[in-house]
Amino acid sequence: MSKFKKKKGGEMPAVNTASLPDIVFMLLFFFMVATVMRQNTLMIENKLPQADQVEKLDKKSLVMYIYAGKPSTNYKSQYGSEARIQLNDKFADVKDIAAFIAAERAAKREEEVPFLTTALKVDSKANMGLVTDIKQELRKVNALKINYTTRKGNALEGLKK
Amino acid sequence: MAKRAAPEVNAGSMADIAFLLLIFFLVTTTIETDSGLNRKLPPMEESDEDVIIKEKNIFQLEVNRKNQLFLKTGGEEKVIEIKELRAAAVTFLDNGGGAGDNACQFCQGKKNPRSSDNFDKAIISLQNDRATEYDTYIAVQNEIIAAYNELRNREFKRAFPSLDMNFIEAENAYSDARTTPATKAKLKEKLEQIKILVPQKFSEAEPKSN
Repeated sequence: MSKFKKKKGGEMPAVNTASLPDIVFMLLFFFMVATVMRQNTLMIENKLPQADQVEKLDKKSLVMYIYAGKPSTNYKSQYGSEARIQLNDKFADVKDIAAFIAAERAAKREEEVPFLTTALKVDSKANMGLVTDIKQELRKVNALKINYTTRKGNALEGLKK
Repeated sequence: MAKRAAPEVNAGSMADIAFLLLIFFLVTTTIETDSGLNRKLPPMEESDEDVIIKEKNIFQLEVNRKNQLFLKTGGEEKVIEIKELRAAAVTFLDNGGGAGDNACQFCQGKKNPRSSDNFDKAIISLQNDRATEYDTYIAVQNEIIAAYNELRNREFKRAFPSLDMNFIEAENAYSDARTTPATKAKLKEKLEQIKILVPQKFSEAEPKSN
């Protein structure tokens, strides 16, 4: 009869964690694949505005990024709180844009140059004066294809915040 | 001698290692936004001759430093809210007030003689102040593009009812990598046709400096 006797003590059996590494690896692979390493370290606040009539930028390699916005808290004491332009990894002036575009163009193959797009990643609280200056500068160097990078969302809802 | 079984490798810490990597990637991941409003800037050419445009064909928008919108069109001047802008722009573009050569074939508007002639003649002009906030500007741009897209969708459906898709869907299908080249060529032709029918004539004046 002792064969059928219940085991001593009401101990819970240990949960089998053998598949835990598999689950974690699966998540890991997802993030590894989905990760895009940021090219530039942002030194500015960059909360993009929302819009819903957006188009996708297809060729990532043919995009030049111009950031603009207020310097983030670390840089406020040094650069003030007025919205500024950031090119690559440093703050820049409007007149530096021409040189930046020329450098980007030189790094690309010649047949790709006409397809280069400039993505303007501008903070939603920046003022239009700065954006217009950037646009004028881009017109001067004939970089006419631009893209106002936005988040997907309702443009009118975004305004209220 | 009897062969000894190889000792089993303890895989207990594998999960920890994987977690460590996972957390690293979680922290470094930034889902990059890579979509936005595509625009084309006008080239820098200085043309001496002024183009003469009838006043009725202009939808003149002004955004002031307090992010308020002022609209001048069809002999009316008024302050409008951004949420009314899309409907106002569609009404203006779709008016079809032209006669004779300027008659608009597909417009479904009220044919107000004081508003735009046809899709091709209608121009939307935007002027903003230097102190206008960027998100207001984007919202205005968005609404204007939405107005054009609304008309293009309608015209695309009217012109190609057999496709059973609108302009935006067709554009998405065109840029989809899975679409075959033959379909792409056909779509491109149709898209171009609609783009010519409803052109985006959108001009931006240089901003006023206070």
